[in-house]
Amino acid sequence: MTETLYPELPTTRSSPLDPPAELGVLRETEPISRLAFPDGTLGWLVTSHALAREVLADNRFSNRAELQHSPIRAGGKPIPQQPPAKPGMFINMDGQEHAKYRRLLTGQFTVRRMNQLIPRIEAIVRDHLADVRAQGPGVDLVEAFALPVPSMVICELLGVSYEERESFQRNTKALFTLTKEFAEIRAAFERIEDFVADLVRRKHDEPGDDMLTGLIQTGELTDEEVANMGLLLLVAGHETTANMLGIGTLTLLGHPEQLAALKADPSLIDNTVEELMRYLSIVQFGASRVALEDVELGGVTVKAGEPVSISVMAANRDPAKFDRPEEFDIHRPATGHVAFGHGVHQCLGQQLARIEMRVGFNALFREFPDLRLAVPASEVPMRDDMAIYGVHKLPVTFS
Amino acid sequence: MRIEVDPDRCAGSGMCALTDPEVFDQSDDDGTVVLLNPTPTGHEREAREAAHLCPAGAIKVIE
Repeated sequence: MTETLYPELPTTRSSPLDPPAELGVLRETEPISRLAFPDGTLGWLVTSHALAREVLADNRFSNRAELQHSPIRAGGKPIPQQPPAKPGMFINMDGQEHAKYRRLLTGQFTVRRMNQLIPRIEAIVRDHLADVRAQGPGVDLVEAFALPVPSMVICELLGVSYEERESFQRNTKALFTLTKEFAEIRAAFERIEDFVADLVRRKHDEPGDDMLTGLIQTGELTDEEVANMGLLLLVAGHETTANMLGIGTLTLLGHPEQLAALKADPSLIDNTVEELMRYLSIVQFGASRVALEDVELGGVTVKAGEPVSISVMAANRDPAKFDRPEEFDIHRPATGHVAFGHGVHQCLGQQLARIEMRVGFNALFREFPDLRLAVPASEVPMRDDMAIYGVHKLPVTFS
Repeated sequence: MRIEVDPDRCAGSGMCALTDPEVFDQSDDDGTVVLLNPTPTGHEREAREAAHLCPAGAIKVIE
């Protein structure tokens, strides 16, 4: 097999809702290709759906923090290699260590538990749509609806008070901003760490009906472990669903026939959410793994220590898995996408995210049946500069 | 068709319970898979889908 070396991960989009075109070309010709990582390490880029699933489900590929090499830059510079995960930061652990922490949380995120939250999520959505109405036409739907709804839900689940939410939100945003130098991102992260550590200390004196209190009361975890688990959930629960609500609305408004079908039959929402996840794949530069040993993959040998960047965007547009993948189609079978990842690290909060989106989109279009953009679609600022894709603002109008 | 599940492998993503709640459930304690019906006549397609979607490979369908 001839190996072409790609000097960097393709990141430039020619159309706001489509992945960079080079990714599609690569998937056709070399679904696992040689990629140079910004720190000088030689690794691989996976673009097909089948290989993406294979890597993500194979425990010979590690997610340990200290082994990773980032395929992207921060502030134009390579991102330095990271220290090992702190206790409780289980996303960056493997095997039994990862499983121990994850097990303590999975019972809190079951389909049944999440369904029980629907009335509360509906109330939060209703309140914020009332705000949208009060602010009137021209309102930024990101600021008034898409960001605060998931933010409030995860803060309530974890026991973060409403007053503390704003500073927390600002720091979380800084975390995903790729134009900032890594030192700035690190500093924002440390502010969030301090905030959550303090919160856990306070929960000892003032226990609540929330997950942090619940984790403390298991008696199996140190405060540091509880804080890092909480930190992970807070950060993961914030920008992801928020951006899906924002860019998902933009996508639906850009496909009026499909939106009309959804409005006519709100039961289409389950599949609409799956299709939005597949089509938009907002974790635009992930996922990443590192080979722990030599692994044969798609006709090549990935050597121990080599990083693999798995393009979720490219995998979810693979014609071998999805018929007419470039088309947004709320009627297609969209399950099986890898937008939540795959393997043991698959998103823990995915059922919560699904419910927030189902409730959020249906209520939005029910409350504002003539919702439309207040600016031309070409003027909606896209988050090319952020690790999680979406829209920076979404000015909308309605009658 | 017979289904086997391995709760030790399960990562609690809930894809099985979402795909067919009549065949799969999740434990309240740790969210791991609970098999409600190992020979689900009439649910073969859903069971295969659940096995395919399981991110941790914890569900086996034996034809």
